[in-house]
Amino acid sequence: MNPTPFNASASAQTPFTQGLPGPWTAIFVAVALAIYPLVMSALDQAFYVNLGSRVLIFALAASALNLALGYGGMISLGHAAFLGIGGYVVAVLANNGVYSAWLSFPLAIGLAAATALLIGVVSLRTKGVYFIMITLAFAQVFYYLAISLPEFGGDDGLQLARRSSVPGLDLSSALSFYFFVLFTAGLAFVLLYRLVASRFGRAIVAIRENERRMAAIGYPVFRLKLAAFALSGGLCGLAGALLANASTSITPHTLTWHQSGLLIVMVILGGSGYFWGGLTGAAVYLILEETISDHTEHWNLVLGALLLFIVMAAPNGVMSLRQHLAKRVGGARGHGTAPLAATSHEGEAK
Amino acid sequence: MSQIILEVDNLVKRFGGLVATDHCTLEVKAGEIHALIGPNGAGKTTLLAQLSGELPSDSGRILFEGKDITALPIHKRVAAGIARSYQITTLFPKLTVLENLALSVQARTGHSFDFLGTVTDETDLLDGALQTAERIGLTDVLNHVVGTLSHGRQRQLELGMAIACKPRLLLLDEPMAGTDPEESQRMGDLLNTLREDHTIVLVEHDMDAVFRLADRISVLVSGRVISSGTADQIRNDPLVIGAYLGDEESDHSGA
Repeated sequence: MNPTPFNASASAQTPFTQGLPGPWTAIFVAVALAIYPLVMSALDQAFYVNLGSRVLIFALAASALNLALGYGGMISLGHAAFLGIGGYVVAVLANNGVYSAWLSFPLAIGLAAATALLIGVVSLRTKGVYFIMITLAFAQVFYYLAISLPEFGGDDGLQLARRSSVPGLDLSSALSFYFFVLFTAGLAFVLLYRLVASRFGRAIVAIRENERRMAAIGYPVFRLKLAAFALSGGLCGLAGALLANASTSITPHTLTWHQSGLLIVMVILGGSGYFWGGLTGAAVYLILEETISDHTEHWNLVLGALLLFIVMAAPNGVMSLRQHLAKRVGGARGHGTAPLAATSHEGEAK
Repeated sequence: MSQIILEVDNLVKRFGGLVATDHCTLEVKAGEIHALIGPNGAGKTTLLAQLSGELPSDSGRILFEGKDITALPIHKRVAAGIARSYQITTLFPKLTVLENLALSVQARTGHSFDFLGTVTDETDLLDGALQTAERIGLTDVLNHVVGTLSHGRQRQLELGMAIACKPRLLLLDEPMAGTDPEESQRMGDLLNTLREDHTIVLVEHDMDAVFRLADRISVLVSGRVISSGTADQIRNDPLVIGAYLGDEESDHSGA
């Protein structure tokens, strides 16, 4: 049993290995994100600390969508529903005097995941455009529910008197809230990494690549997709709970299909199916939006043109650029995290 | 002889007004290569899809090792020991040969709902994949991306994907489709080596290969088995000659 010697094509990046972060990248990102608010508050720029929190929250939401859309190939135009559910759970509980994050956050995640499970059971029986339309339709149901129920504040949404309470933490300052978001989103990113790097993650990617064959070799395709969809919805619910806390309010706007579309734009912009795709997409979008709207009323026009330019320059998202460049420089580097890398190493030694 | 591993009993599949499988009855013995031949549109691929579970049957029964599997979904049939290959190559073209095979092995070993166990120990997948690669003769291209392989080699992998599931019954839909004579010869030799471990239902248009490999042959016409038997019996069956093989083949057999 002599595996093939390590050669040029053996190190090729496949959908299993592309975009999986190495440990150093992860550490660098974590450190950079931890230093950023300290620098900003040293410069007395609380505004940018808040922007950072928003970027992290949308990074989490977009990454959650990326699990379904990028990895699983399920183009959901309904993820605003899960974001909104997470936010409304926190807001409704707060309006009833319950501020404990220990209660509201798990409930937000659980309810969003359960909703995703139910929506998934119905919509995952369809494919392509039909799947997009059905997820959109379900999300619209929640939008109309929110604007028509007085308990949910109708068109105005709900205000929170203060942020959720976490024992030993005061989330009222921009800085402490940022670190709370960073910690929560960080945990979610670790979970997401383990999901996409596990056998489950590989099965999901392979279903995206060839669903028919996956069924033929014995995978319960429907259940696997459903699990990915529910996990994606649950994590989006967590982002929603954070979002309601960030602005101490939630409005039905969070549930609109624009919001779902925005998440898709972030995923595609950053790199669908790339681990850092959601983070990159959210950061690029929100920072561009913020800086351009400082200068002109017509920021939408400029932003649109810029996004168009980015998508044309990097059709597979910003994160795919690195791979492109690496290829140009000469041969993609192998990753330590590559599945079945044992063979390559064995081959290398021979 | 040996016992019946697969029994198809009055199986029916309708597509609207068209009866693709028309009260089809078939018996496959354990350990044999059982060829399924017939003119285009006879319903061979439909029958195979019903056996693998991709198409639900309208009536009739499928018994595998004595158990009724007619209503089982595909993945449960694979777990029970039935796997198929496709006439049109259905692989993961962007993945490597090793990754393709490892997917087949992973399905069998389970753990696909193992969300958090980031895979550090891949030896079970690796061993299974290497074993299959050796079997189908693809050890020299393990780390090649499948899309870059020649058609003949993709056909070998197509077969390998099914073998890696370790089925007792293999359903092969035209494994020689589109291969050149040399590749076809190699595929035939490969199928011959598989008979020790697998019972094979072989749908194939290459009649030379069918008569060389098959222990028994069933002839399917308009969704029905009109004749079953050994190669000689089939060659000389007037019903088969009339419906399918024609005079040319009967001359051939006389020579």
